[in-house]
Amino acid sequence: MNDTVLSGIRVLDISEGISGPYCGKMLASFGAEVIKIEKPSVGDVSRTPGPFPGDVPHPEKSGLFLYLNTGKKSITLNLHNAKGAGIFREIVRSADVLVENFPPGVMQSAGLDYSTLSDINSRLVMTSITAFGQTGPYHNYKAVTIIEYALSGHQYINGEPTREPLQGAGPQPEYQGGLHGFMATLMALYSREDTGLGQWLDVSIQECLAGFHQFTITRYTYGGLIKQRNGNRYESDHPISIYPCKDGYVAVSASARPQQEQLYTLIGMPELIQDPRFLTPQDRIDNADAFDELLVPWLKQRTKEELFHTLSEWRIPCAPVADPRDLLSDPHFKAREFWAQIEHPEAGSLTHPGPPFRMSETPWQVARAPLLGEHNEEIYSGRLGYSRENLAGLREQGVI
Amino acid sequence: MTIDFNMTEKAVLDGVRVLDLSRVWSGPMAVRMLADMGAEVILIDAPQARVTTPEYLQMVKQFRAAGRHYPYFPDGDPGDEPWNRQGSYNDFNRNKLGITLNLAVEEGRELFKRLVKVSDVVVENFTPRVMKNFGLDYTVLKEINPAIIMISLPGYGMNGPYRDYPAYGTTLEQHAGFSSVMGYPDSGPYRTQSTYVDPVASVNATSAVMLALLYRRHTGKGQYIDLAQVEAGVTLLGEVILDYSMNGRVPQRLGNRHTFMAPHGCYRCRGDDVWVTIAVGTDEEWHAFCDAMGNPLWTEETKFADQLGRWHHQDELDRLVQAWTVLHGHYEVMHILQAAGVAAGAVLNAKELLADPQLKERAYFIEQDSPSVGKRPYPGFPVKLSRTPPVYRRPAPRVDEHTDFVFGGLLGLTKEEIADLMERRIIGNRPPVTQA
Repeated sequence: MNDTVLSGIRVLDISEGISGPYCGKMLASFGAEVIKIEKPSVGDVSRTPGPFPGDVPHPEKSGLFLYLNTGKKSITLNLHNAKGAGIFREIVRSADVLVENFPPGVMQSAGLDYSTLSDINSRLVMTSITAFGQTGPYHNYKAVTIIEYALSGHQYINGEPTREPLQGAGPQPEYQGGLHGFMATLMALYSREDTGLGQWLDVSIQECLAGFHQFTITRYTYGGLIKQRNGNRYESDHPISIYPCKDGYVAVSASARPQQEQLYTLIGMPELIQDPRFLTPQDRIDNADAFDELLVPWLKQRTKEELFHTLSEWRIPCAPVADPRDLLSDPHFKAREFWAQIEHPEAGSLTHPGPPFRMSETPWQVARAPLLGEHNEEIYSGRLGYSRENLAGLREQGVI
Repeated sequence: MTIDFNMTEKAVLDGVRVLDLSRVWSGPMAVRMLADMGAEVILIDAPQARVTTPEYLQMVKQFRAAGRHYPYFPDGDPGDEPWNRQGSYNDFNRNKLGITLNLAVEEGRELFKRLVKVSDVVVENFTPRVMKNFGLDYTVLKEINPAIIMISLPGYGMNGPYRDYPAYGTTLEQHAGFSSVMGYPDSGPYRTQSTYVDPVASVNATSAVMLALLYRRHTGKGQYIDLAQVEAGVTLLGEVILDYSMNGRVPQRLGNRHTFMAPHGCYRCRGDDVWVTIAVGTDEEWHAFCDAMGNPLWTEETKFADQLGRWHHQDELDRLVQAWTVLHGHYEVMHILQAAGVAAGAVLNAKELLADPQLKERAYFIEQDSPSVGKRPYPGFPVKLSRTPPVYRRPAPRVDEHTDFVFGGLLGLTKEEIADLMERRIIGNRPPVTQA
């Protein structure tokens, strides 16, 4: 890794699953040394769900783990054992950031709560990511992805009005917990430059998402309207939707009059410009079904690729509904060299999504995810000065 | 040139000045998070400039006449200064200072350059040709201020074949791959009603600026950041991309189901459009779930005895679960199940979110009072920081509220010069009709 923005920042990542690990991955991507601390012999829970090459389970080959832990070092340590917690407190002395996502109270019962750790190292930034935060009536409630979608207001607004509300695209709530944790950690590191002091960051996934749906809150607080499900349509104009085409689906988003007039002309029906059914946004919403009956046959004769380019060139916002196969062959992502090909000793060479943003002076960097305990010797012997015999002893006691 | 900044509380980004040229949502929300951390943000030109067009106001009237009043204004009423009254404008621009500046004319651009000289960060989310056409791209700005940090967050990024294509939140989440995995098992793809890629870009953009500020603090160097919203989106589909890379698999749409948990779904409750989500994983959770429902006879059927059995009989299981949930309120089901150790969550709508006991106790929503729109709640900063909490110094400004402070105080123009600029509509008391 080259010298870059977070060089010299040492992160202890004791989190599991998605939220905390994504935070750690982002810190590693910009140069921090991230030491992932895993449970002896089993490791992070994300080593189990896969996806696996050829669908054959293997703890070193889970796609979820491989993606969320790029650029980290792995050591094993049992935190729920007095000796392990003692070793951890020793490592914390030289750490800048600690990322954890245990349910509230777990760190405390291991004697590793923020007040204890900040006594050991007042510069420590501790980033705690949980479903509902460290306080409040739900703080001990259980949550998985679909529960987060529900309690943050996303489930209610997605899907068909006549059907059950729909969850989003996979574990986005957990990803958001990690992304917000990353953002706040950087703020805390920036603040530490002035104060010399770390702090405790309480990231509630519910709160990350509760202001994350366009205008849903202001619609109510300004207009008294509760946003309802609207399928794929948009409530202030039409056509803004997803449509079938010859080989899949496309998004068409003609939300301004010039775009709509372009679209009417493009599909060979310029007379619609004068059609009283489509003159105003209210007219277009009221007659959305009638318009779609005219539009869809035209779309169905064309491929998503063809439609994307034609409509875009006509300045009508449009996009293919892309699946992973489309994305990986898409010339735009290729031209921008977005994809990262990462070689892993067990899982082979795999394509990962690349940087979320490009920084001219401090670019994103990527290296493969670690094997379980791969860096035990480097960290325990090389850095902490444990002898081979000490290490063997700890291993026997199930500490590492 | 005094101004009450209510600066008694120290904040993380005190002393950092940001020029906000961004529009609509992704950029404004990113910059709001910097402002909540104390940055002095100068909002140029009011992102919602399009509310000034006669067509837009006409549309609002039509919506009101149709009885579906367009809810972006207090009680649907745009008033005499709609640009100061729009809900999203007031939501996304708290803690910012407002000026208008016509960048379409040379003199406006010169004033912008003078602001760049005394600022730290520039944020914009136009399509790539706009800043270049203004002659205000990074290569120009860094000549004026080598330490400037500039971030652009267009839909497709600053290069590549789709660079100049029009792109909205309502097209980018489909292109980024989210829609392909969202939908009912028997339906086509769905988009989110939250246009998810916009706020994803926001949090990434704020993080990128924080990284650049840290780097500058150590080196004195500025830099340029290119954030393609579509790419920021794809980074949140890691396991889906890896599955394709490993197995060539294009994912199925699962609706509300899960790859191994069952029951796992969204169930109707008592009332009109009232729902709860429930997720049962382990056998232990299943037994707790059955106890909480009062162990109806069907729970003893052998086909539901283990996780695989439950997963294979989900259609039937979902009907049976719903026969129980429909007798109760959504919060009621949630509390009963959570007390038993089973994951459940009420499906909250906007009104319920504002009243949710958890969000309330943690003071998630903050209240702000403004002369333009009165006292209203807004989502606060999304993370709790123990030592450096966010600061809420001021509600969103009137679009021209800080004309004197910025042009007089920061740039040292005289009252006469400001009046002259106003006269010639280079600056003004309302945003110019959309220029980009």
